[in-house]
This record gives sequence, structure tokens and C-alpha cells, in this order.
Amino acid sequence: MEFPDELQYTEDHEWVLVEDDSVTVGITDFAQDALGDVVFVELPDVGEMVELGKPFGVVESVKAVSDIYAPVSGEVIEINAALTDEPEVVNSSPYEDAWMIKIKPSNPEEFNDLLSVDEYRALTEED
Amino acid sequence: MKGIGTSGLILNEKLLFEHSAAGRKGYSLAQLDVPESTPPQELVRDEIPGFPELSEVDVVRHFTRLSTWNYGVDSGFYPLGSCTMKYNPKVNETAARLPGLAQLHPATPQSLAQGALELMHGLQGALAEISGFAALTLQPAAGSHGELTGMLMIRAWHEAQGRPRTKVLIPDTAHGTNPASAAMCGYEVVPIAGTGGVLSAARVAALMDEDVAALMVTNPNTLGLFEAEIREICAVVHARGGLVYCDGANLNALMGIARPADMGIDVMHFNLHKTFATPHGGGGPGSGPVGVTAALEPFLPKPVVVRDADNYRLDDDRPQSIGRMRSCYGNFGIMLRAYAYIREMGGAGLKRASELAVLNANYIRARLEGTFDLPYQGRSLHEVVFSDKNLANDCHTLDLAKRLIDYGYHPPTIYFPLVVHGAIMIEPTETESKEVIDAFCDAMLAIAAEAQDNPALLHAAPVRTKVQRLDETGAARKPKLKWTG
Amino acid sequence: MRYLPQTETDIREMLETIAVDDIEALFSAIPAEVRLQRPLRLPEAMAESELLSELKRLAAANADPDRYLSFLGGGAYNHFIPAVVDQLISRSEFYTAYTPYQPEISQGTLQAIFEYQTLICQLTGMDVANASLYDGASACAEAVLMAVRAARQRRKVLLSGALHPEYRETVRTYCQYLEIELVEVPFGADGITDRERLTELLDAETAAVVVGYPNFFGVVEPLADFAAVAQAAGARLVAAVAEPLALGLFKSPGELGADIVAGEGQSFGIPVSFGGPYLGFFAARDKDVRSMPGRLIGETVDRDGKRGFVLTLATREQHIRREKATSNICSNEGLCALTATVYLALLGKQGLREVAQQNYAKSAYAKEQIAALPNCSLPFAAPTFNEFVVETDAPAAVVLQRLAGERILAGIDLHRYYPQLANRLLVCVTEQNSRAQIDTLVAALAGGAA
Repeated sequence: MEFPDELQYTEDHEWVLVEDDSVTVGITDFAQDALGDVVFVELPDVGEMVELGKPFGVVESVKAVSDIYAPVSGEVIEINAALTDEPEVVNSSPYEDAWMIKIKPSNPEEFNDLLSVDEYRALTEED
Repeated sequence: MKGIGTSGLILNEKLLFEHSAAGRKGYSLAQLDVPESTPPQELVRDEIPGFPELSEVDVVRHFTRLSTWNYGVDSGFYPLGSCTMKYNPKVNETAARLPGLAQLHPATPQSLAQGALELMHGLQGALAEISGFAALTLQPAAGSHGELTGMLMIRAWHEAQGRPRTKVLIPDTAHGTNPASAAMCGYEVVPIAGTGGVLSAARVAALMDEDVAALMVTNPNTLGLFEAEIREICAVVHARGGLVYCDGANLNALMGIARPADMGIDVMHFNLHKTFATPHGGGGPGSGPVGVTAALEPFLPKPVVVRDADNYRLDDDRPQSIGRMRSCYGNFGIMLRAYAYIREMGGAGLKRASELAVLNANYIRARLEGTFDLPYQGRSLHEVVFSDKNLANDCHTLDLAKRLIDYGYHPPTIYFPLVVHGAIMIEPTETESKEVIDAFCDAMLAIAAEAQDNPALLHAAPVRTKVQRLDETGAARKPKLKWTG
Repeated sequence: MRYLPQTETDIREMLETIAVDDIEALFSAIPAEVRLQRPLRLPEAMAESELLSELKRLAAANADPDRYLSFLGGGAYNHFIPAVVDQLISRSEFYTAYTPYQPEISQGTLQAIFEYQTLICQLTGMDVANASLYDGASACAEAVLMAVRAARQRRKVLLSGALHPEYRETVRTYCQYLEIELVEVPFGADGITDRERLTELLDAETAAVVVGYPNFFGVVEPLADFAAVAQAAGARLVAAVAEPLALGLFKSPGELGADIVAGEGQSFGIPVSFGGPYLGFFAARDKDVRSMPGRLIGETVDRDGKRGFVLTLATREQHIRREKATSNICSNEGLCALTATVYLALLGKQGLREVAQQNYAKSAYAKEQIAALPNCSLPFAAPTFNEFVVETDAPAAVVLQRLAGERILAGIDLHRYYPQLANRLLVCVTEQNSRAQIDTLVAALAGGAA
């Protein structure tokens, strides 16, 4: 299972890429594997506000459904609309093609709670 | 290979819409005996494109062929756990078609519907005796409709006490309908874990506070285990002002043995299509009457069938009622089948049915537990839950289920309850003979051996059905929910 | 007992295998304090012959359908059921199966319900239909819940006062603890929902408007108007159809702009059976499919590429999403959906139109004859399908009782549902009522003036 070093992670199995003005969010390889074949992704609209730890979207396989939680608070500035037609890329390319939303963070202090790759890997090995 | 499955001649059959030929029909209509009349043209629709056009013979062959692709209780053993797939007596089907019952319009004046009302009243009385509850409604159309009815009554009772409360406790072994029904009453759901497969009064006490409106239990629970601390649990909930709801899905273990109301339960729904032998219909119609204690009686949905001396009537004047759950009075056609079943079995017969249902489940357990993993060891009642842990060579519950089809059986309930990984939930019911159960157990054991010696057989199964291992992922990604030509 | 096959020998052998002495030992987990210490107090078991006699006795205590003329409707309709319908739904491969969880051995049910979903879409003019709900009233309540869910923030729903009263009551029951505000829109002197009041009541909080089509008075409502005003305010229009045979003749709700169609399918081959089991049908637009309640059957292929059908989009449902499910429904009305499919397949394109046409023509004839009576009038001028309201010169209850004495079940007393309407009854005329029967009704109504 692959966990890129340059990313940060959450306990709810989201990955987070922190850049200058935005935070990109998706779900990890571990999460997609646990769900199985993804059949549907529901994302918020651009302009909606998301809140740390609260669900902002849903990812579904045939027999499971999982909320996606916001790793930081802020405004949704971009969504990956291609996932609506091609949810399968969540399985094939969780870190690249299947990025889900970009957030303009409102509270950079929240970044301190994100997990490093080593912390996240340890978490997945516990499960 | 043992088992009763073989491959017969399977006929193909197109969709209705693909059979059509312009001008065909399968219906005859008497000549119009009044003057022609048509509505204003702007209200009239055009011909419906693609609507089927078939002769009577086409229609009969179509559905007859479709029926042969199905497996029912009349085809063979159907040990679908939690669903109580017992035999459906044929005389009840005849009874439901008596013109005085089938053709009775619900708006018929009550004085001209006394037979139907008497039957409903009689069924209420019988269910009250079997469960111990003071009052009943027959209105709900299915089990989960009964749950919603019961939970609305619980909420209405709390509202009447002046405090609606906010939470409902639900064990992790519960059917998904339980939390879904609680949510439809505006309640927050708090999951509660069991210990060794059952609830403990201590754990309930730890979660119980003045915000908890109710605990929803299933007894016996979905592991087939009796909630032995049920009296203490009810006492704990009552002490903090809460009520206890029971999902009656598993009542088939208890008829004449123990009564839910005597355990301290306040509200329970029955599944007439499970315990009382009415057909499951390929997914309904069911019927989900709800029994309640005297304290909750004022909140029953209206109308309620009551008896005044020799007259039966529908009582609509019930100011504290939660209201109406549906049109009319409930699934009368299902009630009458259940009533017929109860009359044909009698009290002793019902008790015997529960005893034999429990005997059959324990016999299956005894024959299979040396081979299959049994995650919860408590004494089984009407059903037994194994896991796929002991299956060799990457064979899982789904593979076992599909392989059972090749042997000629409907698979058990799989992957439920959620607390058992790879659950295999077997409920034989009392209407199966020892020979049938032995043959099924032989098939289960043979499949376990196949998993060891030739796992490809499991992974490839089923091989004798019309279609095999359908692409559910594709169906969900690009839903095609109707014929479009 | 013929349903209990175990012999004493079987039982003994099974107990040996289980390694217990007797059946009683199997119940050891049940504490003695909750055991029932006496036999159940139920009547003795009956033989099959005795049982049939008892049920025939009960049936005979009801109105004999061969001796009473019936003009009862109001949500349950007396239509002719071809013999084929009962023959086919009595195939026990259909009726003794359960929910098609194992698609390989349930293709019969699955394909039939896929055909049912298609037929409902064709009739209603909608994009997608589910595999059934309980009945028209509960389907209407589910439609309201779905509209509120899909509208996200809006919590107000307008119900036409001419919507079937039992549907309104059911909606109220379902919504009572969900912080949904229900507001009733009055109907006008013509029996149509008051468009002006509706427009006034619509606001930015309104999630849905629910209108009967036809409404409780049999009136064919101008649905397109209501769809336009509702949607202009950002609300969904729910059309509730209690008599779907009307859709064989009148424009479909989908064509007129409805967002959700919920209704009662009993008219399609299902006996009136004192109120159930019936068939809740439910159809919506593609955009709302993931908010829909109930099961959905989808087409797919098997591993060899052969066409087949499966339960799909199940993540909406209670067994997966639990308290966040779109509904708590599990068992639906599968066999009734099959019944409707067989019935509609028999009628076909032409038969459906002809039966609907006859209902309209016979009802029109009855209206004309009744309107000509000195003691009766038709208070609502709007077009109707197969039922209509009659105003008499005496309380409806009195009229109905008198006619029942002449073995005519002439209709439904509207006073029961509308306290302001004391002298009005709802009369239904279908293809089952001959001209002679209608003439008998008219003559009997006229007798009231004497």
C-alpha cells in the first residue's frame, strides 16, 4: 500500500496536500482498498464552507458508504467534477486523478493536527 | 457431487417491451353500453411510446418462464436467517381469494363488513395472547413500518410526559431498519455493543440517562441468542424514564415459550410474513402489527378495531393517536392468512412450531460447528450464525453462498449481523424435515471440503444458473433502471 | 400437524446429535421468570375443512359482492381482473420467494420488477421508478420526506386540501417529529386546488407542493400550472395519483412538469381486499435518484456478458446506511408490483386506453343522469375521470344508508373528511358498472326526493 511522503493525513483516512493558498483533499489508498470498487462520489458545491472534522462528501462502493471529513476548515474553491462520471479513478489513482476538493483554509493552526506519513502508516497497521 | 441441484432446460425470455407487436392485446372488454364521451382534448395524452402489446399467450409464457428463474420456499430449503422462510400453507391462499373477503371494499359500511372486522379483532386477540401485550394495531404494512409506528408512539408518549428526549440506544447486532426508523422520529441513534453476543444490564445502565427515549432490542437477537438479562435491562431503562422497543423479527423462537410483554418490553412489532407463515411474495407484501402496554394504548394509530357487545367497529375518536400510518386499515389480505394459520395451528401447535424451529437450528449447529467457525458460543435458539474463518484457500462467505446454489439450496443470510466478519446466518424454521436438513448439512460440509481440495469450484460458482456472478459494480456506476429500447 | 414434518424418531436422533436430553433443554438460556407457565389461551387447532368453513362464515358476514351494486372508490377501485393475473401470481416460485438478495436464483422477480419500473415510468412520464412502497398514502409521505431532503434547507410543504384525506393524514403522521411545517391549501368552488392561495403560500422555505391527480373529488387538476408556480419558487411539485388508470387517458404528471409522482397501484389487477395489500408506486427525475426511498432494480451483465438484473444503488437503504438511509423501508409490496406488471402487460397500449376511456364515458353518463335529477346536483364543474361529487338534498349519510337498504353502495360520505360538506357524496363509476346498474343508482337517488 502506497502513502506518498509529501502528503499529510487524517485519522479518517483522508490525504491532504498543503500548498500556499489551498489545501487539496482526497482519500488514501488504504481507504479505497477498504471500500472496494467505488461507484459514486458526492462532493460539495464550490463556495460552500467546510468545517474541521465535519463530513463534506460521500464516497460509495456497492455495499458500503463512507463520509469524507474536512481535514481543515475553510471555503471550497474547486471540486473534481470528473469523479461524478468516473468514480473508478478513486480506486486506480487515489492520490492524483482522484483528488476531491480544494479548500481555502480559514485557520492555518488546524494544520498542526494533521498526521505525518509515518504516523498515518502506523495507524493503518494498527487496524 | 451431492445435493439436489442439477441443470435443467432453462428458457430464454426477452423483456415484455421487446415482445410487442403493434395491435396485439391480452384483454377483452365488454362493448361500451353508454354514449361515447371524451375529455377535453388538451387534457388527453398521446399514445404511450414503447408500452407493451402482447397477446394473452405471450403474457402467460413470459411470466411462466420468468417464474422458473426464481427459487422459492416451494422450490426447496431456504434458510435465510432472520427472514423465517417457513412453508406457506395453500389453504390460506384459497381463503384470501373468497369473494366476500377479496372483493370487500374498504369503504363498505361497517355494518356490512362485520366478518372482516371480526377477523381483525380475532387476530388482535390472538397476537395479544401470544405476546402478552394489552393492545394492538394491525395497520403497519411490514416490519419496518411497524417499527416506525412503535417508535412514533414512544415519542408521542414522551411528548405527553412533557419531555420528548433525544436519543435511542440500539445494539450493534440490530437490523438496519431499527436505526432508520428511530431517525424518522427525530431521534439520534446511540450504538451499544454487546458482551459475548448479548447485552448486559450494566452496559445499558452506563449509557442510560434522561435524554434516552428508548432502547431498541431484538429478542432473541440476530445472533440467535436470547437476551438473558432482558428483565434487568428493561428495569434499568424504565428506572430512568425510558421505554423498551422490541423488534419482533425473531418471535418464531418464542411462541408459547415466553412473552415479550412479560419480560418488561413496552412495544413490539410482529412480522406476520415471518412468524405467521404468510408468503414473502418476492419482497412483500408483509404485515407488521404492533403490540403495546396499556400505558401506550391511547397512542395507537387510528382507526382501531373495537368490539361493542356483538358489534365490531372502527374507532376513529382517539385524540392522543399518533395518526394514520397509511390508507385504510392495513394489509387485510395478509392478516387473514395469518389468522387462518393461527386457527389451524392452535395454541399447542404454535408452541410446537417454536420448539421444532429451535430444535432444527440446534441440530444444524451440532452438525456444522466442528467444521465452521462459531464466533458466539451461547445457546442458539431459532437460528445460528457461523463465520467464514475456517474456510480454506481464500474462500469466503460469498463463495460458499454461491456454491450452495449449485447444490440446490437458497443460501443463508450473509454478511449480517455486522458484528460477525463474514457472517453465515442460518434459520431453518420448523417446517423442514430431518432429511432436508441433513442433506443441507452434507452440502455445507462438502463445500468446506471443496474449499480445501478444489477452491476453484467455489470461486467459479454458481455454474448451473441462468446467469452467474452479475456485475453489481457496473450496475451501480452506470445505473440502467428501465428499458429504453 | 401437516406442516411439522419431524417424527418422534427424528426428534430423538436430533437430540442425540445435539447432546441434550429433551427439547426443553434447548431453552435453558431463557430465565424461568420470563417463561410462560401455562398453555396459550387460543382456540383448538382446526382441520383444513373446518378452517375453510370458519372463513366462509366470516366472508358471509360481509356484503356479498354479487348482491350489492358498488359505486365505491375514494382510493380503492373495483376494476375487472383477468383470470390470467391470479393464475400467474399464484406461481409459487414468485410468491414463496423473498427479496432477491441472490440474483442468480431471483432473475424472475428481478426482471419482472425491472419491467414494472419501466411501466411506471411510461405511465407517469418520469425518469426513474422504484420497486414499490406500501401504498399510495405512505408513498405520498415518502415523497414529502424526499422533497425536503433534496431541498436541503427548506422545511415547509404545501398540501392541497383536495388531496386524498388519508394521504394528508399519513403525511402528517410521518412528518410530526421532523420539524417540517405542513400547510393546507384550500380548494375552490370548482373542486380545483386554489391556485391563488397556493401562489401566496409559496415562499423561499417551501420544499414541495403536493397535489392529487386526479384529486380526491375525481377532478383532473391543472398540474402544469402548479408545477410552474412551484418550480418558480424553487419548490418541487409532487403529484399524488390515487387512481392511476386515469393515466391511460390523461396527460402524464411527468409531461405536465411534476418532480415526484407517488401513488396507489391497486387499480392494476389488485383486489380491493378491505384495504390491502395494495401497491405504493414512486417515480422521480434522474437528478433525485440518490435521494429516492425503496429498492431499485438495475440492468447489468453477468461474467459471460449475458444480460441480467440486480438490486442496485443499495447504499441509499437502511441495511447499509442505517440511520442516514433515505427511508426505513425493507419489505415492500413485491407481489403486488408483479400483479400490476401482469395486468398492464395484458391490457397493453390499446387495452389501457380503452379501459380508461370506458371509465370516463360511463362516469360521464352517470354524471349527466344524476345532474338531471331535481334533488341532486354536481357542485364541481372541473373535468373528472371516473369519480365525482354529488350534492343531495339530504345529509349524505342518510342517503347512503337508504340506498344500502336497496343493496346499492352508492358512494362515500364526504362529511367524514370535510365537516363543512354535509350533503355531498363521492360516487365512482368504472368499467364494471353496466348502464343498467347506473340507471338503478340514478333511480334510487331520485327516490330520495319522494
